[in-house]
Amino acid sequence: MRFMMIVKSSESSGRPPQALMDAIDKLGQEANKAGTRVASGALAPTAVSTRIRLSRGQLTKIDGPFTEAKEVIGGYAIFDLKSREEAIEGAQRFMELHKKYWPGWEGETEIRQIFGPEEFARACE
Amino acid sequence: MTATDTHRAIDAVWRIESARIIAGLTRIVRDVGLAEELAQDALVAALEQWPESGIPDNPGAWLMATAKHRAIDNFRRNKLLERKHEELGRELKTQQEAAVADFEIAQDDDIGDDLLRLVFISSHPVLSTEGRVALTLRLLGGLTTDEIARAFLVPEPTVAQRIVRAKRTLSEASVPFEVPRGPDLSARLSSVLEVIYLVFNEGYSATSGDDWMRPALCEDALRLGRILAGLAPNEPEVHGLVALMEIQASRARARTGPSGEPILLLDQDRARWDQLLIHRGLAALERTEQLGGASGAYALQAAIAACHARARTAAETDWRRIASLYDALAELTPSPIVELNRAVAYAMALGPAAGLELVDALASEPSLKSYHLLPSVRGDFLFKLGRFAEAEAEFERAASLTRNGRERQLLLDRARACAGGLSQP
Repeated sequence: MRFMMIVKSSESSGRPPQALMDAIDKLGQEANKAGTRVASGALAPTAVSTRIRLSRGQLTKIDGPFTEAKEVIGGYAIFDLKSREEAIEGAQRFMELHKKYWPGWEGETEIRQIFGPEEFARACE
Repeated sequence: MTATDTHRAIDAVWRIESARIIAGLTRIVRDVGLAEELAQDALVAALEQWPESGIPDNPGAWLMATAKHRAIDNFRRNKLLERKHEELGRELKTQQEAAVADFEIAQDDDIGDDLLRLVFISSHPVLSTEGRVALTLRLLGGLTTDEIARAFLVPEPTVAQRIVRAKRTLSEASVPFEVPRGPDLSARLSSVLEVIYLVFNEGYSATSGDDWMRPALCEDALRLGRILAGLAPNEPEVHGLVALMEIQASRARARTGPSGEPILLLDQDRARWDQLLIHRGLAALERTEQLGGASGAYALQAAIAACHARARTAAETDWRRIASLYDALAELTPSPIVELNRAVAYAMALGPAAGLELVDALASEPSLKSYHLLPSVRGDFLFKLGRFAEAEAEFERAASLTRNGRERQLLLDRARACAGGLSQP
């Protein structure tokens, strides 16, 4: 089963502490070694993002910065795992690191299963 | 959290941690069977305690600490025994003391080494192939005996028996828990790779009606391959095998039609290929080449798979390159099947006459005598050359050899098309 982990927080949290970055790096290396993490990335600030919006039959292009949202997606990772529980366990470990190394930080990691054609067909039935 | 939730969470923790725990314990107790028992004891303790106490912050460390305590208890018990049976001698005692000291100094940094040792011992040549497969899936893949049995379509007691026997064999042969060095390494490594690829192929050959555990073997094999690539990053053939499996797995969703019928590579809808896996496969292949391993058997097969993966349409396939890769593969690992594939590549690259020449050389090959693909491929070449009467006979022969009903129909249709070709002026 493939899962996407989506990390959300306020963009005004500032730079993460180096100790957190190191710990996340170590966790990521472990996931690579365990053969579970198949892709990952950090996203550039929304200030340099662009949105193409369709509304009332009209396409509009809107460039950032946008009025500050409470939480935006800052990064993602894609995992091949055996079960949803394994994904939850992994996300918990990831968030534990934030708790330990970045006191006061608030945010969330959302665990979304990525549908292959089979799951998609099942969901449409 | 309900008790069921906790149990499922424990399952997940076990899946993540079990191999590392067993590896670490084997290093301490020097016996895979005992190490696994100790790890299982720790799992049982978790199943008893966590629903009450909640899951600890670091569940892996908890399991490891619990198992290590059991290991120490075990040593103490053995030491008492030892005093009673002094004939066991000084040597054993020193060994155990050294092991206890080992335990004190065993650090996290060693986990990778321990895992690699566990990989090698699970695929040790002293074991039967079935024993290697079962032990690898059990110890490194974290699969239960029942899951392995379902995946390989054998009764559970058979798998349990294979595992017990494998552990006993390792213990009796006093196989050291170590990473082989020097000239041993390449032979031992190929035994490991063989086991992983065997698991992968077993999963790849699953058909639509099978238990889902069967196709899941592909994922288990991929995971094992990726773990091994992390543990032995400088071994080109490891990356070659990973590349081959990633690219083959990328086509899993395109290989069968809506009613489970197989779809041949060139007829597959390439939009259904998993681009993420292709990307990973190509990267692994590049790594193999950087390490100077482009001419290894897995690397060559991966390079052939990569030619297909890179082509956006079947018509864009680089058949000349595939033909030359098959030349190299035929030289390295000659076999009638490789030769047949080489013939197909030659036909695609240089025309049906070139393919026919290679196929005709296989006519007297005993191992292909009742293999339907030989007349089927030959019929295809003859058809393309306009030799319809001969082609018709080959397709009919192929139809009589295949055991797959749908395929038989397809071959008979082709035979009929030859008769149509004959009647044309």
